Amino acid sequence: MGAMLAESLTWKNFAVFLLSSVVLLLIVLGFVTYAIYFERKVIGWMQGRIGPNRVGPFGLLQTVADVLKLLIKEDTIPRKADRELFILAPVLTFVPAFAVLAAIPYTEKLYFADLNVGLLYYVALSGISTIGIVLGGWASNNKYALLGGMRSAAQMISYEVPLVISVTGVILLSGSLNLRTIVQGQAGGFWEWNFIPQIIGFVVFLIAAVSELNRTPFDLPEAESELVAGYHVEYSGFRFAFFMLAEYVYVYAIAALTTVLYLGGWYAPFPFLDFIPGILWFLLKFSAVVFFLFWLRATMPRIRVDQLMGLGWKALLPLALVNIFLTAVWVEIFR
Amino acid sequence: MIRTEELLLNVGPQHPSTHGVFRIIVKLDGEIITEATPVMGYLHRGTEKLAENLTYTQIIPYTDRMDYVSAMTNNYVICHAVEKLMQLEIPERAQFLRLIVMELQRIASHLVWWGTYLLDIGAMSPFLYAFREREMIINLFNELCGARLTYNYMRVGGVKWDAPEGWIDKVREFIPYMKTKLEEYHDLVSGNEIFLARIKGVGKYDAQTAIDYGLSGANLRCTGVKWDLRKDEPYCIYDRFEFDVPVGSNGDCYDRYLIRLEEIRQSLRILEQAVEQFPEEGEIMGKVPRVIRPPEGEVYARIESPRGEIGCYLVSKGKDKPYRLKFRRPSFVNLQILPKLLVGETMTNLITILGAIDIVVGEVDC
Repeated sequence: MGAMLAESLTWKNFAVFLLSSVVLLLIVLGFVTYAIYFERKVIGWMQGRIGPNRVGPFGLLQTVADVLKLLIKEDTIPRKADRELFILAPVLTFVPAFAVLAAIPYTEKLYFADLNVGLLYYVALSGISTIGIVLGGWASNNKYALLGGMRSAAQMISYEVPLVISVTGVILLSGSLNLRTIVQGQAGGFWEWNFIPQIIGFVVFLIAAVSELNRTPFDLPEAESELVAGYHVEYSGFRFAFFMLAEYVYVYAIAALTTVLYLGGWYAPFPFLDFIPGILWFLLKFSAVVFFLFWLRATMPRIRVDQLMGLGWKALLPLALVNIFLTAVWVEIFR
Repeated sequence: MIRTEELLLNVGPQHPSTHGVFRIIVKLDGEIITEATPVMGYLHRGTEKLAENLTYTQIIPYTDRMDYVSAMTNNYVICHAVEKLMQLEIPERAQFLRLIVMELQRIASHLVWWGTYLLDIGAMSPFLYAFREREMIINLFNELCGARLTYNYMRVGGVKWDAPEGWIDKVREFIPYMKTKLEEYHDLVSGNEIFLARIKGVGKYDAQTAIDYGLSGANLRCTGVKWDLRKDEPYCIYDRFEFDVPVGSNGDCYDRYLIRLEEIRQSLRILEQAVEQFPEEGEIMGKVPRVIRPPEGEVYARIESPRGEIGCYLVSKGKDKPYRLKFRRPSFVNLQILPKLLVGETMTNLITILGAIDIVVGEVDC
């Protein structure tokens, strides 16, 4: 892939790129389908229930049926809504979610774009989704949706800052913004992985990431008990499916990013386990992060909106700054 | 020029966290509530008026539908009022059965509250854990009287059905099980930092305010007032059992939470003693005339329901139907403090405070 990127554009190149992005889209959609299934199963087991088990063997087709139902639903747009923005909002939320995936390397050889500013690209694009959510809340012309949209704007902006600053520690350690180079800097066993020297940054990153994802305990924008469903309360059918899809694609993206930045990407935890293909290690770590997110959802209550702001600006941001300082000192003395 | 406007938000009657068809109109300044007006009556069925055309036995199923989360205590209060007016003797075995079902009902009711309250706060799992345990109690009731929610179990003078073979043993087995589960609840929720941050110091009021508003139950005891009708005005056979009345000191949502969980433990204590002393055999119905005609007069009977003091005011003209029946419903009275508590709070705290009051809309609107 990397070599092909350097070549000039030919029809063959174009076909390969087009095909592989379609494959990636399908993989991601497959992931989303089974992440939802897996989430419902895992949470079901944690809550003493069985989870979906009716559609298909072991309920494996449950999500397919759910999506099908969403697709054949009537597409309603409230009469008083701002029509253009209402239609634009789900697209604006979904497109960046999918675009960020281009920068993620899965193994040494398997990646799409080898960007020198890969990390920056991720952070910059994922910020755009917030606009989609605020737009959706605003354009619906519904008070609950508006409150949900405003909350999510406040939340995502507050947590983007500690997220980016916590990642700066990793950048300092590896001296690169390229995600592949960052992984290559973690070769040689789990004690080389970034989460050990960057433990403060790792914790800040995880908390901020959960918040970015709008998942429990930071699921305020769609707090069911107060705001009914938050910003997407007026959306139905296909447009609603796009919001949901974007949410799960971000779960995919954040889990992959955590693996790449802190958990050594495709490297085995011990050098003697190197014979197992890197993609399996990647998948394993990736699934562990995804499971962690589901686990949180089954355990935690929801934090309050004012406490959320306090946590972001008064606790996470200073911690992330301290982390940069410590990392810088460490790099200066030992490297 | 930036102009800000107050937002008028209509919460309910269809809203996931108003626990039924309760409606509240709030004025919001940003996310801060400046005014709250509760609107009640969406579930009003005129139980009290209907009762004037029903015989005393026919009224009992209507009381099931007032506080449908705690139907047994409602059953008891109407029977108790009539029995008080007629000065009936209740057989020993019936007294024990009544006490056992009322305490089981208290546990079931508090479990529903605990689960739904945590759901309001945003935690999903506790709801399912609570309903798993409640299901066992419901099954016990089902075995006893064939109904899961609206039991129609008690009668003037006793109870309708005797405990089937082995039923008491099942209650006996349930007690230690519930105790371990209660510990699990504390482990999972009571120490959770987010949970504490959400409810500690929220919805505070002092003892005088609570008394002025006529609050009862955990809403009153959280301010430190030790008032429990089971202790202070013993009815049924509560004076024979040892149990404590948990009180709080801060008067906030957290104290109300702790008190309700502690009441589950105390109810288990009562049940433990009750199943030990349960009479082997005996009548379950006292000597009651075929047609119940209480003598002319009026009576007010009150008991401690899971939600507070439920009272029944009964006026009889010596007929087989009451002249006037009035229920003092704790949910209705406790709810009156809500507008006062909400001013200055955020939209999120609306749910926290409303949930902690523990209302059942069927009882509010009656």
